[in-house]
Amino acid sequence: MPLTTSSSAASAADDPGPAAPAGPAVEARDLRKSFGEVLALAGVSFEIRQGELFGLLGPNGAGKTTTIRILTGLSRCDSGSVRVAGIDCSSNPRAALGHIGVVPDESNLYPELTGFENLCFCASLYGVGRSERRERANSLLGRFGLAEAAGRKFAGYSRGMKRKLTIAAGLIHQPGILFLDEPTTGIDVGSAREIRQLLTELRGSGTTILLTTHYIEEAERLCDRIAFMLAGRITKVDTLRNLLEPLQGLHAMDVSFSGGSDTILPAVTRALPELAFTKTGSSSLRVSASGPFGIGALVRAIEAEGGEVLEARRVRPSLEEVFVRETSIGPEAMKREKERQARPS
Amino acid sequence: MKGLTAFLGILGKDMRMYYLKPPNISWGLIFPVAWAGMFLVRSGRALEEVMSILPGIVTVSILFGTTSMLAVTVTFEKKNASFDRLLLAPLPLEIIMLAKTSGAILFGVANGLVPLLIASIITSLPGISWGLLLAGSLLTAVSSTFLGLFVAVAVSEVFEAQTFSNFLRFPMIFLCGLFIPVSSLPVFLRPLSYILPATWGADLLRRSVTGSGAFETMAALVILASMSLLLYAFSLRNIRRKWIT
Repeated sequence: MPLTTSSSAASAADDPGPAAPAGPAVEARDLRKSFGEVLALAGVSFEIRQGELFGLLGPNGAGKTTTIRILTGLSRCDSGSVRVAGIDCSSNPRAALGHIGVVPDESNLYPELTGFENLCFCASLYGVGRSERRERANSLLGRFGLAEAAGRKFAGYSRGMKRKLTIAAGLIHQPGILFLDEPTTGIDVGSAREIRQLLTELRGSGTTILLTTHYIEEAERLCDRIAFMLAGRITKVDTLRNLLEPLQGLHAMDVSFSGGSDTILPAVTRALPELAFTKTGSSSLRVSASGPFGIGALVRAIEAEGGEVLEARRVRPSLEEVFVRETSIGPEAMKREKERQARPS
Repeated sequence: MKGLTAFLGILGKDMRMYYLKPPNISWGLIFPVAWAGMFLVRSGRALEEVMSILPGIVTVSILFGTTSMLAVTVTFEKKNASFDRLLLAPLPLEIIMLAKTSGAILFGVANGLVPLLIASIITSLPGISWGLLLAGSLLTAVSSTFLGLFVAVAVSEVFEAQTFSNFLRFPMIFLCGLFIPVSSLPVFLRPLSYILPATWGADLLRRSVTGSGAFETMAALVILASMSLLLYAFSLRNIRRKWIT
């Protein structure tokens, strides 16, 4: 059964405002926000088109969650403007709530209630009638593979199940726009894959999605457009194709070897002056050139210093490459930091 | 209609999760009985004289019943972010908070009924003005609840809410004229007594049970209603200022 959502939650809300127009589904203009001395957002602007899956990609502390909180009315910006579903939320941040669903980075459902009760309660907040909310809850529980756990308390769910139920809760009122904050962080591979599949289906059914993530490959695989966010600023926004365009002529290779980079690097630099070398680890280098190059001379130069090549992998144009070049932040470092935070204490 | 669905959804959820839990029900029964027994034993009065202490017991039961769970239903839910679910609902904040406090009001009124039921076993409850008793109980419950709400949203930790709540509740018992008439309090304490909602609520209940009170009925009703509105407005203002930052 595919996931479907209505064009908006207007039918479920008391006063949902006008129907979503043909313009951008979400529009943020020059959002600025400080927490005391800490500048969280330093002029964030972007727009999300109707039916688009838009990714906000950035490290911890970049301002992704603050952006979502402002767009959803949970926080106020110091300056700037927000339009959601065509409704100007600058003066009344709660005006567009009937049109949006929100999935926070931490599951915030009620531990004492069962999965079914949680969904029914969330539906009731949007004015969904008793029989309709039971039907929707059962349908979503089935779609998310939680039907058997419907009668169990939320507190007893695994991390992956909690995340799936939290997403289901964000969809129970069939919103036209869905905000997801790090939906796959800290959960098992299987659940993460299911969630990505669900997001693809949701996009297919016309739901506009804002996804924040620190998983570069997730953004690469799912998003129609991606924004890089760093230190409260959006540094780049474009489609994947356009983001990769400058790297089409990239000729590079990652080489790992036995022996230390500090010894090998000066030697290969001397031996192969036509190539450029960058140290990427204690026993690894990145080799790049303006055109295609062979590996034979490189292997010999490394072996001449007493090292042995263990692996050589061609670097293909990827979002990871673009992100690293743009932000100087390694994707592994970003992922490690987030997973450390997500780990239960 | 949809606003009502949401209102009942929030109220029903709080009832199931907090107020109808066995420990809370037993507390609601034991507490008023303990208070009643304590005062009867301490005063050495005959059981037939229960009518004289009934208004006080009802007031204290309502006061503690309404404020017992607000630190959990409001402060704790805010602390663990589940309160954000309510803030994301397309409902006016006024309706959300009214739904969140309705459980406390109902629980407080139910707590107030316990001493009445016990008293009805001992006496025939002669001369009670039931209309005034209902109005007084309800307004006392509403004002106590909003006082508890004011405390719950003024702090960020559950233990702070509980501490401040006790800091207000216990002195209130002795300052609101329940057991010591306000006119007998030291002059410098009387203004404090007049700004406590329980003072006016206790007087209404006393008048409804014994037929006499220190204040005009209408004045007490209006003042208690005004205090409730003021506390509610301040609480909403605090939520908007502190929780939607």
